[in-house]
Amino acid sequence: MSRNAILIDYEYCCGCHTCEVACQKEHGWEPETWGIKVHQLGPHRYEDLGDAVVYDYLPHPSDLCDLCGSRVAKGELPTCVKHCQTACMEYGTVEELAQRLERKPKQVMFVPR
Amino acid sequence: MADDIKADVGQDIQKSWEAGEVTRNGQRLQDYEFKAPWKQVLEDGTTITRTTAWTAPGCHEGCSVFVHADKDGKLIKVEGDPENPFNQGRLCPRCFCVGDVMYHKDRIVHPMKRDRDKRGQADAWEQCTWDEALDLCASEFKRIAETYGGNTIHAWRGTGRDMGWQAGRIAYTMGSANEYGCESGISCYLPRISQMVMTCGGQMLADYAQFHVDRFDHEGYEIPNCAICWGCNPTDSNPDFQMGQWLTDVMRRGTKLISVDPRLTWLASRAEIWLDLRPGTDAALALGMVHVIIEEDLIDHDFVDKWVYGYDEFKAVVEEWPPSRAAEVCWVDEQKIIDAARLFAEKKPSNVFWGVSVDMCASGVGAAMAIQALWILTGNLDIPGGMVMTTMPFGVFQYQSGGWGIRDLPEEVQQGRTGWKEYPMYRFGFTLSSPDVALEKAEAGELKGLWIQTSNTLAGPTQEVLRWREVMKNVEFCAAVDLFMTPTIQFGADVFLPVACWPEKSGVRAWIYDVSTINQSVKPVGEVKSDAEINRLLGQRFGEAGEHYWPWTEEEQIYDEILEPTGFTYKELAEHGAAYPVFEYKKYEKGMLRPDGQPGFNTPTGKLELYSTMFEMFELPNIAHYEEPEWSPVTQPEMYKEYPIILMTGARSKVFFHTEHRQIEALRQFDKDPHVQIGRKFAAENGIEEGDWVWIENPRNRCKMRATVDDHCASDRALAPHGWWFPEQDGNGDNPYGVLDSNVNLLLRNNPSVYGFGSDIRCTLCKIYKVKEEEM
Repeated sequence: MSRNAILIDYEYCCGCHTCEVACQKEHGWEPETWGIKVHQLGPHRYEDLGDAVVYDYLPHPSDLCDLCGSRVAKGELPTCVKHCQTACMEYGTVEELAQRLERKPKQVMFVPR
Repeated sequence: MADDIKADVGQDIQKSWEAGEVTRNGQRLQDYEFKAPWKQVLEDGTTITRTTAWTAPGCHEGCSVFVHADKDGKLIKVEGDPENPFNQGRLCPRCFCVGDVMYHKDRIVHPMKRDRDKRGQADAWEQCTWDEALDLCASEFKRIAETYGGNTIHAWRGTGRDMGWQAGRIAYTMGSANEYGCESGISCYLPRISQMVMTCGGQMLADYAQFHVDRFDHEGYEIPNCAICWGCNPTDSNPDFQMGQWLTDVMRRGTKLISVDPRLTWLASRAEIWLDLRPGTDAALALGMVHVIIEEDLIDHDFVDKWVYGYDEFKAVVEEWPPSRAAEVCWVDEQKIIDAARLFAEKKPSNVFWGVSVDMCASGVGAAMAIQALWILTGNLDIPGGMVMTTMPFGVFQYQSGGWGIRDLPEEVQQGRTGWKEYPMYRFGFTLSSPDVALEKAEAGELKGLWIQTSNTLAGPTQEVLRWREVMKNVEFCAAVDLFMTPTIQFGADVFLPVACWPEKSGVRAWIYDVSTINQSVKPVGEVKSDAEINRLLGQRFGEAGEHYWPWTEEEQIYDEILEPTGFTYKELAEHGAAYPVFEYKKYEKGMLRPDGQPGFNTPTGKLELYSTMFEMFELPNIAHYEEPEWSPVTQPEMYKEYPIILMTGARSKVFFHTEHRQIEALRQFDKDPHVQIGRKFAAENGIEEGDWVWIENPRNRCKMRATVDDHCASDRALAPHGWWFPEQDGNGDNPYGVLDSNVNLLLRNNPSVYGFGSDIRCTLCKIYKVKEEEM
């Protein structure tokens, strides 16, 4: 059986916290219990590097992530993927998502355990 | 304005009947059917109900959701509704936390009262029945109206949205025309929208296909060439009825973004061009860009010749604003201004997603006139993907801004509305009171009764916290509707009326794109009631006025009446789901914008007025113009030496709605304390590290926040949030729940423009330095 994964187009993650809260509520977890956590890099403006800007958010599924097995069994999407405000997350098999990695830069695929 | 709209709509109905069309109030319904049932019961007793997530807690969106409730009517969870065109299944963190709000241990779910001489005492409240509470409200407000006159009763309301008409209508019932929020110059969209109505005859909005049920697949829709995100951070703020992520939706489909923002926001980091202007100089920047468009002949001449009034007069003003001058005023690179103007104008369609930063400077109206010239001169008006002229869906006007029934008040009462005499724009169509004039009246002893509908005034909107707090002491009777005890209510109210959250209530949401219902989907907690029901029950205690304003024997009849023009009853619309009328472009060519059915715009000249004839009549500045903020490096060079940071405030939070949600741990986990954003270089030079407590100070006052050190802000500017109070702290006394400790409004003041709209909220001066250990 193929493994499932989440593909994140982090060019478009705006750091809204939806995935984090949706995950906590889906699993009945308290605050600060992270099935997925959004990391923030920047904003940094590097004047000595031609005014380069670094500002990214990246959602990171933790070891608590079960890819919403009970939702998926009912034919639904993982709650983070379904509710993501910029729709920058996709759910699928490693195989099909790996192909989608080719289409553009600034993407990352997570294969939670 | 409201009554005029109804009259126009009446003509539309007649026209459509004569034509034999099957329409709903002159508009056809878009052809679609939602697959999911509006309500279903599963085998285990779970009920799933589609509803609109719209207040309380406050929200400016109204996304479509499915609420899952167990067999006892308790909320299990909230799911986004993927079929709904507005949010397409997507939700923000607040929707997931509505259960945390409803079942919170501190939520107040029974009416309470307190002796007037025990205001400020947190333990002096006594639970009472609804009848006791409402009888007390009725007798006190009647006494005040009879003794001092109805207009000495003021209704304050928050910006939560499904409580706008409710607050106004109860004020009118009490014989008062005074209803408002306490923000100086009503600097939240009103400066922009009021000038759009005056100069263009209606509201123009960026088109991200949100008018069509099939969204981006809609035949004829065009992805914008360029979108300017101007004074707005929509992916954080989700401003009024526009989902911020519509912007990222079009960016992924090829739209080029220009960001006009003093801060390096996440969107600015993704922009083709970032114009990092000095706060408050928006008008100068827009005039510089328009100069390029005129100079390089990027104008749509056909459009301008046919539909624009006052081009020559406008051009004469713009000639004084070459991009070099704009660059100097705005502290922006000249070439970037030129490039941005070209990118916007080179190809249609282009649009502007603008925000309250435009409103939050005293020259906001002049700035709005300059910015709209960008899309007017380039003919980006009412075309797919451009700036479209909006109408009310099926003619339903839900009075978000109050005003439902204000014209039924006697003329002399209407003229007693604060701002009526002082500001002509408040007389023509706009029904709110001027909060700036209201404060002056209140200080003169003309505020005796106060009705607060979900407004945490001391914590949130007002730039005059201390003056309003003082005035509240002298109010003879104050009743408040809310979810939780707030600093404002703890300080000054005598009656607390507990309000329902959106899953607990029924209602209607109508504005711009569609009409939908709010459907009760859980069992209400305790004795809470909706804003509408509270006001109906109170209103009916006011004899003849009560019969006039609240003729309904049950709540649902109110919604049947609001929906009447659609041809749906409340129940029918609940089952149907959101109703979208067919959206027409180029309405100005088809005679769809004017009451007389003629082509053109609903202005005195029938054209878009770059030279406003209405403002001319009011003897107000009537062409786009720039003014420096009251306290800026230019106007106050001496002060600037001691206070070298330009202070912005009022940016919206990703997790809190203004002053709300501070007690919701699932949201507070992301933002535990108030944080002021300062630049890395400034922090290093001043020994400030991430998380340090700092004072933000200017000659008016100071407040304390933690520092966030990054490059959102350059060294010359800072952003401090509004709305902070601490539910976990002591509510007694003059500083309830620490509402004054981190209150950035202490550094501002009421400073409305000559129009009465707009105030310097995002452009003042301050200094920032570390809090000493003994001051903690």
